[in-house]
Amino acid sequence: MRMDLIEDAHAIMSMPYDERLIGDPNTGVIHGGAISALMDSCGGASVFAHPENGSASVTLDLRIDYMRSAKPGERIFAEAHCFHVTRTVAFVRVVAWAGDQKDEPTATATGAFSFTRKKKEPA
Amino acid sequence: MREKPEPMQVIKERRDGALLRLVDAIPYIKFMGIRFDRRGDELTGTMAYSDMLIGNPTLPAIHGGATAAFLETTAIIELAWAEIWTKIEDEKLSGEEIEALPLPVLPKTIDFTTDYLAAGKPRDIYTRARINRSGRRYASVHVEAWQDNRQKIIGQATGHFLMPSKEG
Repeated sequence: MRMDLIEDAHAIMSMPYDERLIGDPNTGVIHGGAISALMDSCGGASVFAHPENGSASVTLDLRIDYMRSAKPGERIFAEAHCFHVTRTVAFVRVVAWAGDQKDEPTATATGAFSFTRKKKEPA
Repeated sequence: MREKPEPMQVIKERRDGALLRLVDAIPYIKFMGIRFDRRGDELTGTMAYSDMLIGNPTLPAIHGGATAAFLETTAIIELAWAEIWTKIEDEKLSGEEIEALPLPVLPKTIDFTTDYLAAGKPRDIYTRARINRSGRRYASVHVEAWQDNRQKIIGQATGHFLMPSKEG
């Protein structure tokens, strides 16, 4: 996996097509689990990159909806936005796509991560 | 007159052969170090611990994505296995007939929701899946994962799957 962008509650990660990740031998399509792992990591990265984040966080839950299979041979991308945080929970949306097909997502996900706010600087 | 029961060796060869053929066909299962054990028709998954699975090196804990991938794999294998089981048992296929079967068309994930209940410790993880509903087109499956204690699950998931059409 490669980190392509990480800034201000926003992250993009990607991984190359790899025959070891094939989930369906009939089509050569990558296993959903591999895409889940990429989306989970990318979601976690967007939480980490939130300006108010104070420590490492863990995934509480992640729901993934699969729109279409990822075209075999293409690099898989995931882009996550941490769109809301409370004192203890961060909410994240993630989109995954193959190659340059960003307008035709492979999968979308919403997740909740644990969150700890940065301690306020003493005045 | 009642039919003579098949020798146990024949039954085991058929069932274990069919399971191995299914599992070996999917490269991702080997990559993740997953295997499936069978008791009758019940499957238990094991994801053997390896350093590759660590997501948080300071704890250390197994990567949530690896756990989710294992849960999803278990659900798909359970669904494919249920189909295969019916076929091989109804038709009492032999070892060679199973070798000659075409590779099964796998169900497709529509959605998959994972709850993380505890950090995965650096050791093997086990899973079992339950098919809650299996219709002609859609199936709903629940999966649980645990490590040391079957009662203390570390993750659970529910997913919906599109079943391959029987007409081919």
